[in-house]
Amino acid sequence: MHVTRRQFFRICSAGLPASSIAAMGFSPAAALAEVRAFKLARTTETRNTCPYCSVSCGVLMYSLGDKAKNAKAEIIHIEGDPDHPVNRGTLCPKGAALLDFVNSPDRLKHPEVREAGSNEWKRISWDDAFNRIAKLMKADRDANFITKNADGATVNRWLSTGFLAASASSNESGYITHKVVRSLGILAFDNQARV
Amino acid sequence: MALQSLDIASRSATTTPSPSMRETAEVAKLIDVSTCIGCKACQAACMEWNDLRDEVGRNSGVLDNPRDLSAASWTVMRYAEVEEGGKLEWLIRKDGCMHCADPGCLKACPAPGAIVKYANGIVDFQEENCIGCGYCITGCPFNIPRISQKDGKAYKCTLCSDRVAVGMEPACIKACPTGALQFGSKEQMKDYAAERIADLQQRGFQNAGLYDPPGVGGTHVMYVLHHADRPQLYRELPANPTISPLVALWKGVAKPVAAAALGLVALGSLFHYVVKGPNEVSKEMEKEVEE
Amino acid sequence: MASLAPTFGRGAMTNHWVDIKNADVVLIMGGNAAEAHPCGFKWVVEAKKHNRAKLVVVDPRFTRSAAVADLYAPIRTGTDIAFLGGVINYLLTKDAIQHDYVKAYTDFTFLVNDGYAFDNGLFSGYNADQRSYDKSSWGYQLGSDGYVKTDPTLQDPRCVFQLMKKHYSRYTPEMVEKICGTPRDQFLKVCETLASTATPERTTTVMYALGWTQHSVGSQMIRTAAMVQLLLGNIGIAGGGMNALRGHSNIQGLTDLGLLSNLLPGYLTLPGEKETDYRAYIDKRAAKPLRPNQLSYWQNYEKFHVSLMKAWFGDAATKDNHWAFDWLPKLDKVHDVLQVFDDMYQGKVNGYFCQGFNPLAAFPNKAKLGAALARLKYLVVIDPLATETSEFWKNFGEHNDVDPAKIQTTVFRLPSGCFAEENGSLVNSGRWLQWHWKGAEPPGEGKADIEIMAGLFTRLRDMYQAEGGAFPDPILNLAWPYRIAAAPAAEELAQEYSGKALTDLADPKDATKVFKKKGEQLDGFAQLRDDGSTSCGCWLFSGAWTPAGNLMARRDNADPYGDGQTLNWAWSWPANRRIMYNRASCDASGKPWNAKRKQVWWNGSAWVGSDVPDFKLDSNPADGMGPFIMNPEGVARFFALDKMVEGPFPEHYEPFETPIETNPLNSNPQAVSNPAARVFKGDMEVFGKAKDFPYAATSYRLTEHFHYWTKHCRINAVLQPEQFVEIGEDLAAEKGISAGDKIKVRSNRGQIIAVAVVTKRLRPLTVNGKKVHHVGIPIHWGFKGMTKPGYIANTLTPFVGDANAQTPEFKSFLVNIEKV
Repeated sequence: MHVTRRQFFRICSAGLPASSIAAMGFSPAAALAEVRAFKLARTTETRNTCPYCSVSCGVLMYSLGDKAKNAKAEIIHIEGDPDHPVNRGTLCPKGAALLDFVNSPDRLKHPEVREAGSNEWKRISWDDAFNRIAKLMKADRDANFITKNADGATVNRWLSTGFLAASASSNESGYITHKVVRSLGILAFDNQARV
Repeated sequence: MALQSLDIASRSATTTPSPSMRETAEVAKLIDVSTCIGCKACQAACMEWNDLRDEVGRNSGVLDNPRDLSAASWTVMRYAEVEEGGKLEWLIRKDGCMHCADPGCLKACPAPGAIVKYANGIVDFQEENCIGCGYCITGCPFNIPRISQKDGKAYKCTLCSDRVAVGMEPACIKACPTGALQFGSKEQMKDYAAERIADLQQRGFQNAGLYDPPGVGGTHVMYVLHHADRPQLYRELPANPTISPLVALWKGVAKPVAAAALGLVALGSLFHYVVKGPNEVSKEMEKEVEE
Repeated sequence: MASLAPTFGRGAMTNHWVDIKNADVVLIMGGNAAEAHPCGFKWVVEAKKHNRAKLVVVDPRFTRSAAVADLYAPIRTGTDIAFLGGVINYLLTKDAIQHDYVKAYTDFTFLVNDGYAFDNGLFSGYNADQRSYDKSSWGYQLGSDGYVKTDPTLQDPRCVFQLMKKHYSRYTPEMVEKICGTPRDQFLKVCETLASTATPERTTTVMYALGWTQHSVGSQMIRTAAMVQLLLGNIGIAGGGMNALRGHSNIQGLTDLGLLSNLLPGYLTLPGEKETDYRAYIDKRAAKPLRPNQLSYWQNYEKFHVSLMKAWFGDAATKDNHWAFDWLPKLDKVHDVLQVFDDMYQGKVNGYFCQGFNPLAAFPNKAKLGAALARLKYLVVIDPLATETSEFWKNFGEHNDVDPAKIQTTVFRLPSGCFAEENGSLVNSGRWLQWHWKGAEPPGEGKADIEIMAGLFTRLRDMYQAEGGAFPDPILNLAWPYRIAAAPAAEELAQEYSGKALTDLADPKDATKVFKKKGEQLDGFAQLRDDGSTSCGCWLFSGAWTPAGNLMARRDNADPYGDGQTLNWAWSWPANRRIMYNRASCDASGKPWNAKRKQVWWNGSAWVGSDVPDFKLDSNPADGMGPFIMNPEGVARFFALDKMVEGPFPEHYEPFETPIETNPLNSNPQAVSNPAARVFKGDMEVFGKAKDFPYAATSYRLTEHFHYWTKHCRINAVLQPEQFVEIGEDLAAEKGISAGDKIKVRSNRGQIIAVAVVTKRLRPLTVNGKKVHHVGIPIHWGFKGMTKPGYIANTLTPFVGDANAQTPEFKSFLVNIEKV
């Protein structure tokens, strides 16, 4: 590569003006560089566990505000917990992007129902949702509950409704789910252990 | 190690000297390619920390995504499948700003204070001073900076100068699950690299070594490579990167001459330049450099 | 779970994440930890860096785990038993086993029933019509004292050692190459590397995941590896073990809590419909020791069971009503998801709940699943995200081509909170229960899962109270002592499953003293009683919340011995033991096999150490109690008795869709594929044949995505935006496909269209004289989310599961491909 005369002038004319200002002593104030302000300075830190794989990395969640009554906590950043013995602050590409799970535009915000044959969701209240679902459950259970099997043995089971439990819900959610599901006599009960 | 000190060592297009009394340790990022699994945690952490969300792209037949660096993707993984002695090796390199000791971008930049080098070695863009001319791209031997379509300014990895300024490691370093990314003083990183290289040599990689190219005065982002004799195996990592002669010329000869001769018309030219629009110039310049 | 428990007594990762750093050799097979568990994989890298460990990866694909391995060996998908059976044969032939270990801590010397036999692919007792075995001959020879007969000289042809040697003598390196396609020299290198740890000074750790479980012989693949580890003396040892890497954050916990068709919390089991007698139910589960002086810990079954029933039904569970035994539903069959979706498909199910679960995407044969859901009367989806399942009725063009007007299912969608919006605990693969704290409210009107369950239950209970109905007793009497009935606190529930005293408890050593006051939290499961005086919702978690408080929330990461046990970080089941079966880290006299890797030891009067001993603390080694305290034998089992449905020793069977259509190990048409795997009517017919679908396909995760969740996250969508399929360069050349082309992938159940990624990382293998190509199918796409819309990968997969665990065979099936 060589530099042509034309290029030489272009380099001079394009690069020149700004630097000659500085060369003449007009060093502008803006040139006193500053790093971007540290965005976590007064956020609230909460410890949590990554909900994806079973390494269960410790994470630190940073939310806006100091938990004052009028400040709504909004999580603005999540990074690894350096104290955690397994991940020691590290995160994988899923964990490092947890913020976009918490704040995903696909998060559900309201109870909804899609009526039989309909092509759309309809927003309903929690009360309506709970009542309608409970009624459907009771009607099905009352109609199909099996007290005794063909041999006359007491079996007390309900086979026509099933329940698929989560894979990332807490032990406490799982425990109460199991307690409720078995009290109803449900046997079609499974979790994500298999997949 | 005083990571928090971000004293300025040099500024683009500025001849007044920076204060230089304080002696600050240089920091460095070490990328140990031999323990990198290409998981892209660094990419995710970078986007998350820096509040960047690139466009959701397409798959073009490779695992690389985003396909290239952009104003919103300051680091990307580059994957290479190479066969060495009948054995398949999947060489995965994290690409991004190398934070050169002798930064070509800064040398090429005509906008005062748009590019600064801190005393700890971080090379940072100050977008509010950027005129979007793209000379930094020309000046960069690693083809790193990118001009944003949105605001016409140049962006690249800051080595998380905001985190380093308060004594934290960069976001990518913290996230890296396997410890392929390490951060500390440049001296510490060299020592650590030496350990890694010894381990690799013991595992049969005779040419393992450190990539800290002298052509740019060394870098504050270094690689441990299994095949340090052939950096180009790692998706064209340049073997001997140097600053473009055009930039060297501009910096070494053209600028003082031009400044002396044409200083008085400078202001007018500057305004003309800004109005004219930056990208066009940048592309012409790139083309000419390639010729 | 279905493979480790029959071998060791408990079904979970034996060691834990940080402990992997103590290994000398790491075998990753049936998993891809670098991509699926990157932060856990760091401990492999640490082992390499600081322990000079060798990483061995065996996989059909050259994965990112393979990218940093010292040794990689390719294998045809679905043939891991042949490979590992070959390793067993190698170890036995070369005598590379840890003799003192296997003799003392396994069933090596046990004598097996004379009726047990294996011939041409089948074990004794096969019934071809029922596709199942009469397992009565798969037992021990018992002496008149009720104990198993043994031959310490190992000469008896009926001892486990001799039977095993004979069984695996057929698994020669030539046979391994023929079945697996693994070049012989590479197979032998793997064998040599593993064999290097047959000494007390060195250990291998095995890391696996759904690459083993998702096969029709998945449980037996895991068992084969467990047998290799026993031969090498690597169970119970730091840096050793069988490390089952769970796929989801709390699958371990939810399984521990028994959220499966046939379980109750803590691996207690639901009674079958023939078990209506309470005493018989208990006695069957409270196994008596099969060898002298063994602990056989399940003898305590009744204490755990009664305490559970007290937690659930409170005062209504009494001695007189057998602790409400009749209220527990009795099983007619196991209702795992494949069974339930088949029943649903047959129109036998009216209502279904999906809590944080997306079955339309996650289960095999999407067409069948969609048709099944459409036959429901009501579907309730509880989820933080808009899942495909919740919109199975909606038309998404080619990706979900349905007519909503024809689908009469009423669908409810309830917004639940996510991890960041609740307090609670999760159990990681290494069995640690870790507490987490709420950082924000759910968006909009979202509610925590606990509140949703409580809201549903309290309304249902009120309806039964007001109107009566079918058998309301267990509903009306379900203990609900929570301060806010509609929103129980996570802390209240944690205390309930950890357990408390219901009356003042007398000290067992001095009856005049009360050592637990009524209402006080218990210290652990050793304090549970079978007289109704204790309550505990999950005995395995007992001790998680003691009078000292919530131990799951502990955050002291001190590691005083430097071996990574961190006993004061969170809390680990059982009883905060970090490495299970750690008694086996010592020789018979109680002295550590390896002085440099001391975990527990006998100090002359008690067991002590850097870990909590997984043993009876005062059991003198001279008494000969074995380290596998959950097994009535006290030792680990090579011979699984009747605990596995397809045989006591793992045997290689081909995937149901096999590219070679024969099993090179036998000439029996009944034994090509798993003879005891359940296949539903109609599904056998849709298995594809190699002539139409010549390529071996396997489905998997990518490191950039988590299951079907992160496609809803912008960053992950940026990192891997669009559905693709991986094929090797040879296959691409044969088919005229270039990287970036759109290709159609068809199985006998459906088709998907995706971008082709052409790679050197998939190579054809020569199997049984035939060239076999693999096609790699990442799973993460669907018709909802921020990624580009894609097909559900499980459109392709077959509806058949592992014979023991019913885990679907996602990892081995047949496809054809063509350029679009």
